[in-house]
Amino acid sequence: MTDAPVMTAPSATAPVMQATALQRHYEVSGGFMRKPRLLKAVAGLDFQLTPGKTLAVVGESGCGKSTLARMVAMIEEPTEGTLTLDGKPVLPDDWADLRQSVQIVFQDPYGSLNPRQRIGTILMEPLVINTKLTKAEREAKAREMLQLVGLRPEHFDRYPHMFSGGQRQRIAIARALMLDPKVLVLDEPVSALDLSIQSAILNLLTELQDRLQLAYLFISHDLGVVRHVADEVIVMYLGRAVERGSKAALFAAPQHPYTVALLSATPQANPGAEKRRIKLKGELPSPLAVPNGCAFAPRCWKAQDTCRAKTPELGAAPHSAACFFPENAG
Amino acid sequence: MTLLRIRNLTVEFATASGAFRAVDSVDQDIGNGEILAIVGESGSGKSVSMLAVMGLLPWTAKITADEVSFDGQDLLNMDPRARRRIIGKDLAMIFQEPMSSLNPCFTVGWQIKEALRFHLKMDRKARHARAVELFEQVGIPDPEKRLSAFPHQLSGGMNQRVMIAMAIACKPKLLIADEPTTALDVTIQAQILDLLASLRDETGMGLVLITHDMGVVAETAERVSVQYAGQKVEEQPVADLFNTPHHPYTAALLDALPERATARLLPTIPGVVPGQFDRPAGCLFSPRCKFADAKCKATPPPPLGTDLGHARCFYPLNTADRIAS
Ligand SMILES: Nc1ncnc2c1ncn2[C@@H]1O[C@H](COP(=O)(O)OP(=O)(O)O)[C@@H](O)[C@H]1O
Ligand SMILES: Nc1ncnc2c1ncn2[C@@H]1O[C@H](COP(=O)(O)OP(=O)(O)O)[C@@H](O)[C@H]1O
Ligand SMILES: [Mg+2]
Ligand SMILES: [Mg+2]
Repeated sequence: MTDAPVMTAPSATAPVMQATALQRHYEVSGGFMRKPRLLKAVAGLDFQLTPGKTLAVVGESGCGKSTLARMVAMIEEPTEGTLTLDGKPVLPDDWADLRQSVQIVFQDPYGSLNPRQRIGTILMEPLVINTKLTKAEREAKAREMLQLVGLRPEHFDRYPHMFSGGQRQRIAIARALMLDPKVLVLDEPVSALDLSIQSAILNLLTELQDRLQLAYLFISHDLGVVRHVADEVIVMYLGRAVERGSKAALFAAPQHPYTVALLSATPQANPGAEKRRIKLKGELPSPLAVPNGCAFAPRCWKAQDTCRAKTPELGAAPHSAACFFPENAG
Repeated sequence: MTLLRIRNLTVEFATASGAFRAVDSVDQDIGNGEILAIVGESGSGKSVSMLAVMGLLPWTAKITADEVSFDGQDLLNMDPRARRRIIGKDLAMIFQEPMSSLNPCFTVGWQIKEALRFHLKMDRKARHARAVELFEQVGIPDPEKRLSAFPHQLSGGMNQRVMIAMAIACKPKLLIADEPTTALDVTIQAQILDLLASLRDETGMGLVLITHDMGVVAETAERVSVQYAGQKVEEQPVADLFNTPHHPYTAALLDALPERATARLLPTIPGVVPGQFDRPAGCLFSPRCKFADAKCKATPPPPLGTDLGHARCFYPLNTADRIAS
């Protein structure tokens, strides 16, 4: 370790949100006359969100990223585990109050805005419900926000269909910021956008974070994007964190074989780069039939009997993998 | 040898508000055994240009071209029956959404065998054997069992393989793959791209890969054509395109890649792609181009020569005399 301990004011590093052993289960019907089965979409996650920092969560579709996002944004209650906001437990009875502090932006900038409302109305709506601001104050704040996210004053009276995908995502971000949240949950916020628009939205998120010291939970399946935006990264597989670490550590020396495979499968925009793709065995198992032991073992080239017998846990170190035989370790 | 030859292809859609030009004066050559990528942002006319080649556009589309020929045959003026014998046999296409091209009411086995019956007139036994063989070739485990599955019983990656198996069933000379992996996770994407490349190696078919993903382009293509607002703005061998882009749009697109970022803020391209009503008189990229001057805004630049990547630009980047700087 070359990093010297950093001395900063406690307020700057104190997490705003903390998750402990967070789980979310769904009962899914087993079909006609069959017993419902339990699907553990998120099966135990620990993390914290810090002001001004971005925690990125990556993993393939179905690994539980959006379920996690909905729990953090207080749309769904965790089945097990706890969430705290500023040290206080997040309980459904308090959601209405706490929700001001945690806002969410979704992938689809088309579905998430009411087509019948003008942009101004969309932005002011959260203020009507959650604040005692006068109409004039609400409008002033909405216009200010419009400018902050890079839209023009005349956009205030327009309808969502008059905007491009990138502009709609700006509107969704503006709406999420209306109540001065501390945490922004971003569920694939740029996945539906073209490259040239994507970079502008990523820049906007960077600038807003610097300015407002927002804590981001940034969910993405795109490792190129994650590599750019993240401070910390969690890699998920079938509802569990298989690796966690600082961006630099995780990309430089990935430890979990799944992370290694994911990185090797991500195409690089560099025709000269050496290709060494790891071919995974088999297919992603159904989340209803998660393998015993390490869930990745059936597809892992390093798996041994231990892996199929026992479930590896994530260690306490800042960079750690839930694996008995990690790569690049030590 | 040139397999597909396109000259001056233009496609206009009749819309309620007038004609909309989705593809604008595109030239393209694809040779035997070659992998060409067509890259561009959404709406740049990638799909429409290839659907025009396949004859799959609706009647609202007006297609004009100096030449569209496949394997020496004129596709434009071919009678529909002759066309049907080529499409799906020598010239095949796969689409981004396998579910939209597979029929949910029939097993995947029935669908692939139907193609074999129609084009190759194989008997029942031969069809079954070939279907099993194809499923094995595209890496579908347990082919006998999977043949009797319906599309909804298979995962997205499996259905995409079924699509590929159907497309290559008749050993096409050219396969057009339209965003074949965009809906898939990267590990499955890697498998599908490897599969397509190895099919090319084994059968010598030509492959047109339509994508918006620069990573996929870099790892799979040999030659790359860049489209913007319906026009082909540049074409180069893959390494040259990434190292020395000639069109400012290509350069700006590459700069915007997060993985190439050198600073906290990424380079961006201001403005948006022109639409039906604000199509510029001159270079289509000029309103967003940091190098554009009055000439660019007034006059459409014709494509430059091969040495300058056919760039539609008056002031190409990375030319021999500018490369030093
Ligand atoms: N409301 C629900 N009911 C039943 N299963 C669900 C529900 N929401 C999500 N799931 C399942 O939980 C798993 C995780 O889903 P999700 O969180 O959407 O993953 P991701 O966002 O990583 O793609 C998937 O298997 C999904 O089918
Ligand atoms: N049937 C149609 N009628 C009218 N416009 C169409 C039709 N199909 C495609 N377009 C338009 O043509 C343009 C090019 O589309 P497309 O080739 O699908 O783009 P790409 O594949 O590059 O994303 C888009 O602006 C699209 O809206
Ligand atoms: Mg999701
Ligand atoms: Mg398309």
